[in-house]
Amino acid sequence: MADTYLLSNAGLDALFSAIRADGRRILAPTDPDGRSELNPVGTPAEVAKDYLQTTLSAKAVVFPKVERLLSYTLAPGQVELADAVPAAVPTVVFGIRPCEAGGFQALDAVFNWDTRDRFFNARMAALAVIGVGCTRRDDACFCTAVGGGPGATRGSDLLLTPMAEGYLAEVLTEKGRALQALAPDRFQPAAGVDKAALLVQVPPAFDQPALTARLPALFDSELWADQALRCVGCGACAYVCPTCVCFDIQEEADRQGGQRLRAWDSCGSRQFTLHASGHNPRDTQGQRWRQRIYHKFSIYPERYGMLGCVGCGKCTRACPVDMNLQEHLVEAAQA
Amino acid sequence: MELIEKAKQLLETGAVKAVLGFEPGTHGGRRPAIVRRAERAARLVFDPGCAQNLASYVTRKEVKRLGRLAVTARPDTLRALLQLMAERQLREEDVLALAVDAGGQVVELETAQAMEEHLALEPKELPARDRELMDRLRRMTREERWAFWQKELSRCVKCYACRNSCPMCYCEHCTMDCNRPQWVPVPSHALGNLEYHMVRAMHLAGRCVECGDCGRACPVGIPVHLLTFNAEESVHAQFGQRAGASAKLDYALSTFRPDDKETFIR
Amino acid sequence: MTEPNIYLPHLMRIARITEEAPSVRTFRLEFVDDAAAQSFHFETGQFGLYSAFGEGESTFCIASSPTRRGYIECTFREVGRVTAALADKEVGDIVGFRGPYGNVFPIEDWQGKNLLFIAGGIALPPLRSVIWNCLDLRERFQDITILYGARTVTDLVYKHELKDWTDRPDVNLVCTVDPGGETPDWTGKVGFVPHILEQLAPAPADTIALVCGPPIMIKLTLPVLARLGFTPESIFTTLENRMKCGLGKCGRCNTGSSYVCKDGPVYTLEQLNRLPAEY
Repeated sequence: MADTYLLSNAGLDALFSAIRADGRRILAPTDPDGRSELNPVGTPAEVAKDYLQTTLSAKAVVFPKVERLLSYTLAPGQVELADAVPAAVPTVVFGIRPCEAGGFQALDAVFNWDTRDRFFNARMAALAVIGVGCTRRDDACFCTAVGGGPGATRGSDLLLTPMAEGYLAEVLTEKGRALQALAPDRFQPAAGVDKAALLVQVPPAFDQPALTARLPALFDSELWADQALRCVGCGACAYVCPTCVCFDIQEEADRQGGQRLRAWDSCGSRQFTLHASGHNPRDTQGQRWRQRIYHKFSIYPERYGMLGCVGCGKCTRACPVDMNLQEHLVEAAQA
Repeated sequence: MELIEKAKQLLETGAVKAVLGFEPGTHGGRRPAIVRRAERAARLVFDPGCAQNLASYVTRKEVKRLGRLAVTARPDTLRALLQLMAERQLREEDVLALAVDAGGQVVELETAQAMEEHLALEPKELPARDRELMDRLRRMTREERWAFWQKELSRCVKCYACRNSCPMCYCEHCTMDCNRPQWVPVPSHALGNLEYHMVRAMHLAGRCVECGDCGRACPVGIPVHLLTFNAEESVHAQFGQRAGASAKLDYALSTFRPDDKETFIR
Repeated sequence: MTEPNIYLPHLMRIARITEEAPSVRTFRLEFVDDAAAQSFHFETGQFGLYSAFGEGESTFCIASSPTRRGYIECTFREVGRVTAALADKEVGDIVGFRGPYGNVFPIEDWQGKNLLFIAGGIALPPLRSVIWNCLDLRERFQDITILYGARTVTDLVYKHELKDWTDRPDVNLVCTVDPGGETPDWTGKVGFVPHILEQLAPAPADTIALVCGPPIMIKLTLPVLARLGFTPESIFTTLENRMKCGLGKCGRCNTGSSYVCKDGPVYTLEQLNRLPAEY
């Protein structure tokens, strides 16, 4: 469905204004205090100039770190339940990379597996994504090994590829069309632009299908315990990851009432599978690390027909002890 | 002897079952390496880029059960090892500290006393960046400081990278893990974040060796190490002792001495 | 138009509480909302998440039979924050229920067959649902044998129903307690469940075996069944794992690629054998 246009820098300014006038907020990477993250902006000038990626991913827009599922009031012998409606603020996310944009599909696969999660769906419906392709990469990136690429279109409604004086703009979806329609005359015809030449090259780091095929045989291997020896079992990798979706449900209440909250959780934590009896099916960090790998590279393909990883490298960059995912996967592929 | 050679020797003779050190990591960085076989010692490095406090591994069950450990130790690592001994979490015989001198030669520190003496040679100093930020905080009014921390902690995602990186946070059942009662809320909201970090700072007061690993570990760059540094500096100012100075240190906040300046307990 | 909130529980009133054994209770729950009561439907084997409002949710099987309308029952042991709060509740109090979740015991496939139920301790509740379901449709099945054991006489649950089953001519109930767990007036067997099973030596022909018990009991019972000639496809069990959502989304109840809340909790031994040993 892609139509390709040229969007000048001035055109992007106008598009931002039109989006704001349409009543939507724009979240884009900004760089306050040298820490790159998604924040509300008004104009392209406020967007960080020289970022590779934000530290946290855009998943927080549709799957916030904490949200209310329901609330209730209590009285002796009585409970009154109140449903919770997600505050789905009309939002455009600008400036996330194609890898990260590709993660929304994996979130959708879980949130809508058999039963539909209204919280995710309401926020997703209110979200449009303007991805920006990559002109550079770092050692942690491995998008092309997992079906993505520096100019991949999956998950973006508009995909912009930086060029001199502006962008190559691909209108990819109905939502993308609706964005274009906010400033239609800014989208100029594009002819004969070589998109690939504008992007950084990312040779595939490993053969992912071969790795996925190999994983069932490696389940009992000591490899996972070895790799996980330096892992400290925090949740940094899970929380920055665009596809990680595992969550906790917590209750907070007093005698008058309370609420049930959904919060991010991590399979790396010992508590994740701890039974009230004290039994823990994943009692060692090696078993928990193995779960992370298998969930993304074995279980997702089997259950949802897609990977649970987009090769963005955020986990590697965020990890306090440099659990470099690409390195570990390459080692597993060769095991 | 140089580090790689020493590590090989220790592993080949069986003097230790694993050498905790550093190896090259992504983007030219350094990361912890837990070397169990002599032939793998070749990748060990030790330079100013080696930041993590390896003492946090000596209490992790997957590492502890390997057996006697050699730990490549900067001064803050030595302080952590001594503090762990003071808290009866580590026995002297289970660890061999390897300090590396200016010439790249390994100094083996086999006893707590050797570690204490080695530490005495180097005065403890906070990194300049941390001193600057702490000074900036001290110059703020109470309201400004509160606003600063409210804003910083709102970004916390409760990943516990700080806690899990800390050598002094070794509790198998952390206060945060307890749900009867639920002392501190689990989800990442303003109150829960504030309470978690306050509780952790209090639990580190008198115990923090000021390595700064917690702040370095934070994936979203919150300078949480300043909270525990401040608590530690406060204990030092009031009780006159520093965590990690000795393997025989008492916990300042639960020790009574007849000459304590507070008289209310009499 | 918003979609339904899949995390919103039904409100249930506690209609009856039975103290089954030390720290073990059964709740009979009735829907507060009549429309929900009318439209509620489940099949044997399914489970739910039960709320103690103010504390959280816990996962228990639905221990009553779908043939008995108007209420559901759950049996639980007080072991943590939520179950402790539930244990404090009284008749008339309100709790929450989300469900039914999970897969089912395929009892339609068992018509004309013999049924052998083997349960230990507090693992009888999930099988109790099946037992009553089958007893309520008694003419569809051949011999029904129940082998149930607990550590001591006091630990046996559903004591009243054990008596019902003993009195019925169309059910063969064999109760046992561990050696040392008998009381002077105990008339049942004494011995671990796997040993008693060995003595009973049920024939495998046209027989479905349902096994549910603590891991050690299962571990020792399955080889006995194998020796007796039961095939893995004819042995059923029901698993538990730590759960939060019950809907396959929170990511914690899986063993390998099998989510206990979606692909289970009912598994045949043949399916179990294909799962990695991580539970």
